Amino acid sequence: MAISRDLLRVRGLEKTFSSGSDSKTVLKDISFDLAYNDSLAVVGPSGCGKTTLLLMVAGLLPPTEGAIWLEGDEIKGPSKKIALVLQHYGLLPWKTVGANITLGAKLQNIGISGKELQETKKELGIEALDHLYPAQLSGGQRQRVALGRAILLRPSLLLLDEPFAAIDTITRERLQSGLLAVFKRRRFSFIVVTHSFEEAVFMGRKILVLDNRAGIRTVLNNPDAGDIAFRSSPEFFERSLELRRVLEDLP
Amino acid sequence: MKRKHLLAYGATILLIYALWYILSLLLGSTILPDPFIVFSQGFMEIVERAFWAHVGASGFRILAGLIIAFCTAIPLGLFLGSNPRFDRVFSPLIYLGYPIPKIVLMPIIFVIFGLGDMSKIVLITMIIFFQLLITARDAARTIDTEVIYSLKSLGGTRLDFYRHVVWPVSLPGIFTSLRIVTGTSVAVLFFVESIGTNKGLGFYIIDAWGRADYPTMFVGIIALSTIGIILYETFDLLERKLCKWKNP
Ligand SMILES: Nc1ncnc2c1ncn2[C@@H]1O[C@H](COP(=O)(O)OP(=O)(O)OP(=O)(O)O)[C@@H](O)[C@H]1O
Ligand SMILES: [Mg+2]
Repeated sequence: MAISRDLLRVRGLEKTFSSGSDSKTVLKDISFDLAYNDSLAVVGPSGCGKTTLLLMVAGLLPPTEGAIWLEGDEIKGPSKKIALVLQHYGLLPWKTVGANITLGAKLQNIGISGKELQETKKELGIEALDHLYPAQLSGGQRQRVALGRAILLRPSLLLLDEPFAAIDTITRERLQSGLLAVFKRRRFSFIVVTHSFEEAVFMGRKILVLDNRAGIRTVLNNPDAGDIAFRSSPEFFERSLELRRVLEDLP
Repeated sequence: MKRKHLLAYGATILLIYALWYILSLLLGSTILPDPFIVFSQGFMEIVERAFWAHVGASGFRILAGLIIAFCTAIPLGLFLGSNPRFDRVFSPLIYLGYPIPKIVLMPIIFVIFGLGDMSKIVLITMIIFFQLLITARDAARTIDTEVIYSLKSLGGTRLDFYRHVVWPVSLPGIFTSLRIVTGTSVAVLFFVESIGTNKGLGFYIIDAWGRADYPTMFVGIIALSTIGIILYETFDLLERKLCKWKNP
């Protein structure tokens, strides 16, 4: 697969939360690039700033230092080229699944054909839920509705915050492969935040490991990611083990 | 669901009716006329144009008060609830204004707005206003950050935010407080209509009372209560229609 010039460029990113006299630096000196059709997995312990990083890339949270460029333009606010699936899905409880899934497209005046809508729902296995409210769905179904809503925006870059956390292992592996196929076909680049080594190694062609001291520990290269055959190969387990070691060595 | 509701209403009315009858036997029918007398008086009244003029005057005042309060308090409350900076500025004013019993301002209101409909509507509006303002503001404050992020990243503007998030989040609370203010506003209506006017159910009741015409007085009481019940049920119906997501 040809990887062209950079889609995303992150340089010297830092985020400090301050309230009154209290201040806490969550991320510091984060730099990385993401090419077109490329993928990045972000792993790290709970509270290390993974969600914060995604929110900054999504233009929802201003960085304290540093900057992010998307296709050469500095990110200063939400962009139509970026779609985000939040950790708790971000569905609107007062709208039905049908209304939730098309909300972004409606707000951005993106025309979606009935066929495209049907196909996306089918890909995600959420065809028969249109009339239900989010509260009536299982966690996994909610996640898939949120994914569908993001995919329908046809973004260049998808940001996924622990997208499969609420889904059982079997469904999760099927969805990972399914999603990778969708991404490949639709030429999405993506950043996925995850707690799972296997997920990171399977989905991220680069793996960014964050620690609790506001710095990058490591960026691992993982060029075989996304290949179904890779998942059952010895290299897959080796790389998962390598990632496990890096994470266990974190302070 | 609907039939159960009607059935409950029917049973309650029958129960009140029975208690009323028993009470009228105990107290004697000059103090508490028995329900049959009141109903026959009621049938005589409702064919009179004068009776409907009173109902119309009361209905107009209470509706005008509710509508004006709604159209001013709700937008302001939603705005304050979703803009913490303005909220901080206005909060002290609201906390100061809310507990003042507005009804004691009646003489001043009468001096400023005269004895006509205007002063009555102003007073009803003032009393409902704070209740609705605080409910709307508090409801808008409860918005989850994740939902805010979600709407922003989907390309939502400030207006979309009010339309797709703030308004629907607040609606259930608004309906609850509308139902609560129904009782208050009927009470205030009765009070302001009992003074310095010769139109409205408040006057109708007080007038009949003064003439010791108890059957007519009770007809007025029932008519005023009916206005309250109709408003209450309308809000209830609207809530069930518009807030399906709360009880799907
Ligand atoms: N708005 C905020 N104000 C103050 N502190 C914040 C804010 N948002 C996040 N933090 C802090 O920043 C740190 C990182 O939060 P973040 O949500 O990015 O973690 P995370 O890596 O996504 O964790 P998890 O894996 O549990 O989701 C946490 O310690 C959190 O308390
Ligand atoms: Mg997180």
